[in-house]
Amino acid sequence: MPVPSMDLVARLLKGDLRAAGRLMSRAEAGSEEARAALGKVYKAAGKAHIVGLTGVPGSGKSTLVSKLVQTIREDGRKVGVIAIDPSSPFSGGSILGDRIRMSNLTMDDGVYIRSMATRGSTGGLARSALAAVDILDAAGFDVIIIETVGVGQDEVEIARASHSTIVVSAPGLGDDVQAIKAGILEIADIHVVSKCDRADANRTITDLKTMLAMGISVSMRNRDDKPLWQVPVVGTSAETGEGIGELVATMDRHRKAHHTTELGAERLRRIAEYRTFKTAEDLLRSRFFASTSERVAALVERISRRELDPFAASDELMSNVAL
Amino acid sequence: MSSPIRVLLAKVGLDGHDRGVKVVARTLRDAGMDVIYTGLHRTPEEVVHSAVQEDVDVLGISLLSGAHMTICPKIMKLLAEQDAADTIVVVGGVVPDEDVAPLKEMGVKELLLQDTPPKQIVETLERLVAERGPR
Repeated sequence: MPVPSMDLVARLLKGDLRAAGRLMSRAEAGSEEARAALGKVYKAAGKAHIVGLTGVPGSGKSTLVSKLVQTIREDGRKVGVIAIDPSSPFSGGSILGDRIRMSNLTMDDGVYIRSMATRGSTGGLARSALAAVDILDAAGFDVIIIETVGVGQDEVEIARASHSTIVVSAPGLGDDVQAIKAGILEIADIHVVSKCDRADANRTITDLKTMLAMGISVSMRNRDDKPLWQVPVVGTSAETGEGIGELVATMDRHRKAHHTTELGAERLRRIAEYRTFKTAEDLLRSRFFASTSERVAALVERISRRELDPFAASDELMSNVAL
Repeated sequence: MSSPIRVLLAKVGLDGHDRGVKVVARTLRDAGMDVIYTGLHRTPEEVVHSAVQEDVDVLGISLLSGAHMTICPKIMKLLAEQDAADTIVVVGGVVPDEDVAPLKEMGVKELLLQDTPPKQIVETLERLVAERGPR
């Protein structure tokens, strides 16, 4: 018989990491039995600094995470990592390879790495990533880094889920117009330009700084309207170690600037709001599919022959759905 | 609601041949499983540590080096120590026939040796997880 999730929570709160792993699996499976237990974990959490790290595929996110974790560990803080990779849109399976670049961390009990697949969730996060964050938070981890899938221009959910959002750009991937487009670059609390041992990194740093300066001059109405936080650009190199210490210090500074202020409190409320809607949406989706899947097959057949339209069909599905 | 089967594939020790394990990873992915691959040259301690954190259903060890009679007992012992004896351990690669029985005796659930068709690998894992039941 499977252990009740509430028992796992009791073990988790005593620091049992085996229980942490099992609870994460139950969260991922969308287990109804685990919902109340995960609720209890949520209430026990709330101390950790949650850092979101995002960027295009190949920008060096996993490598940077590995270096960040090492540096944060030097002052004794415990670090959790939720590393997300994509699921196949065809089979639903995945290959989760982020651990390869973090192999130097695997034997440290102050580091917990969990790989997760997106399972059809868009936006860069896995559906149960935030439950996993709560679990590590409640188990006493001080900093929790969520590494998103490699993103394009528009996957910005991470900013609604983390206290500090780091956007990683790699040199050589676009001109200064890329830097003023809407989307991913707007969500950064901290910009990182990775691989800055490369010659063209300075150009990318300059483009980002110019973009940020433009934003400040446009949005600030008078001279006294100083922003509480000016988004910095940090150049890092995993190769030489350059900038890693500065990045950790900048993360800590961002946390401090937000921790006790009204701005920070507002952010926590927005995170809570996002979390509530997201959880409700997932519940709605899974119950909707469970209660309509049989009827959908017949409707799809008729819609594909254009005897029925998707608008009328969804009205019909919604009108008798058991939620 | 059910979840994809989670598998950790590991190359342990001084064994640099990973073409096979990558083909297996791809096969399992295409069968709808979540596959965590840890890269080359891991120690038994690292592999067990990762398997516990990832809470995998199956730990697949790929061995072409001939060190299976040293490495497998270590892994089985470490799993038991970590309260993770319910992890299904499967070995793939090159293992002489006479070592199959001793490996099974120490708790390796199945050996999928050279020339095992991909479909059989998938079916074996699905069967072993079904036999274990929910956890």
